[in-house]
Amino acid sequence: MIDVQDLVVSYGTATALEHVTLTVAAGEMVALLGPNGAGKSTLANTLAGLITPAAGTVAIGGRLALIPEGRQLFPDLTVADNLALGGWRSGRRDPSPVYDLLPRLAELAGRRAGVLSGGEQQMVAFGRAMMSDPDALVVDELSLGLAPNVTAGLAAHLTELNRERGLTVLLIEQNARLAFDLCHRAYVLESGRLVTEGACADLADDPRVAGAYLGGAIT
Amino acid sequence: MSAFLTYLLNGLAVGCAIALIASGLVVIHRVTGVVNFAQGTFAVVAGLCVSSLLGLGLPHGVSELAAVAVAALAGLLAGVAAVGRRGTTPLSSLIVTLGVGVLAYAVEIVLWGDQPRSAPGLAGSLSLAGARIQTQHLLVIAVTAATFALLALFFGRTYLGKALTACASNPYAARVVGIDVRRMGLLAFALGGLLGGLAGVLVTPLRPISFDTDVTLIVNGFAAAVFGALTRPVVTLVGALLLGVAETMAAGYGYGSHQLEVALGLMIVVMIVQASRRSALSQEVT
Repeated sequence: MIDVQDLVVSYGTATALEHVTLTVAAGEMVALLGPNGAGKSTLANTLAGLITPAAGTVAIGGRLALIPEGRQLFPDLTVADNLALGGWRSGRRDPSPVYDLLPRLAELAGRRAGVLSGGEQQMVAFGRAMMSDPDALVVDELSLGLAPNVTAGLAAHLTELNRERGLTVLLIEQNARLAFDLCHRAYVLESGRLVTEGACADLADDPRVAGAYLGGAIT
Repeated sequence: MSAFLTYLLNGLAVGCAIALIASGLVVIHRVTGVVNFAQGTFAVVAGLCVSSLLGLGLPHGVSELAAVAVAALAGLLAGVAAVGRRGTTPLSSLIVTLGVGVLAYAVEIVLWGDQPRSAPGLAGSLSLAGARIQTQHLLVIAVTAATFALLALFFGRTYLGKALTACASNPYAARVVGIDVRRMGLLAFALGGLLGGLAGVLVTPLRPISFDTDVTLIVNGFAAAVFGALTRPVVTLVGALLLGVAETMAAGYGYGSHQLEVALGLMIVVMIVQASRRSALSQEVT
């Protein structure tokens, strides 16, 4: 579904991604871990077609939607309008399927997106991405700035979509515990390069990964 | 008292024409972040076009619509020059719009010469509570009211209008959902051209238009748009009406040759006030 081969992305003379190769099969849920400035969001934006790579290929086997880092809503517009604009590519204007998935959004429909709490905003960003009826979803920092119970609720929706509707998910996270809970496989990106990849269970046992992302050994 | 009322009504009409120019500035700035210094040019092009088309014997209505369409096309072309290339910063685009305005002088002089031209509008005048107001002034007020109502409906109710607002609100997010921000910028410039064109065809019967009339128009429009912080259409309308009334009063009570200075003076005061308000706001944030 997502096939990235030998990807190079540069900003002027600075190289943000160096020869990154990454695949996510249809229906798979894969994590991408890495510290700030590793190039995770650059990869997300490249997958979404917002950045043109300097070299390498990006192949997406279907419609891909991005939940960008920091939610990135339209703060002056209502929740309903934010959702409707999520259907710009698909031509879908009616948000009711998203309201079925996330009933809380129906209650917030008339509110301005800018005045909502962080968790509610992330839910709007989630719903807006689902409005494009995607086959694959890239989630850039689902848990950033959110309380654990709020993150858990959103993660449950994500898992449900993955298991029941076969939605392909690339979960970009700094929160490795969350990523390992949700995904079977993960990549680790540091300074624009993939440093390791493998099954989450194995990565959690890797002392380097555990040290850097889990604050020591997993308990 | 009747003189005062006459000046007030005429001032409101002048303010409406300013509001149309200013609304074009606001629409373009809201969507693209660019201050379009070629905005007065669109009105001049439409004014000169309508004088030519009526001179050729085309009927009223058709001539005005065609002239507004030409202004919208001019807006689109200015947009292609200013924001057509991906990654152009708003400041670079502003300089490009200045260049477009100067280039337009040359084109206008080649096509229409450098002498002022006029066009017939609605003849006659009405008496209202002892004050006289030209019918053309009433037309300006009516068209401006309808235009602002339609703009509010367009931006507040239609999907395309909301997509334009989205580009202004968060251009990155607009790109994330698949909106072509550059194309929306071009659409905003075309809409700006249309609004400028409307002002041009409405003003030409009231005062002769020549290639360099855009300076007066843009100074007035810019003053009103700055009053509305270049983003708020309703405040811009209020600013334009205040400016139109102030200028007409100044002219009526004996300072006829100083209208532009009144506009410039008010613009500078408003800019200083806006600038201090903004720096106060940013200090609160930090």
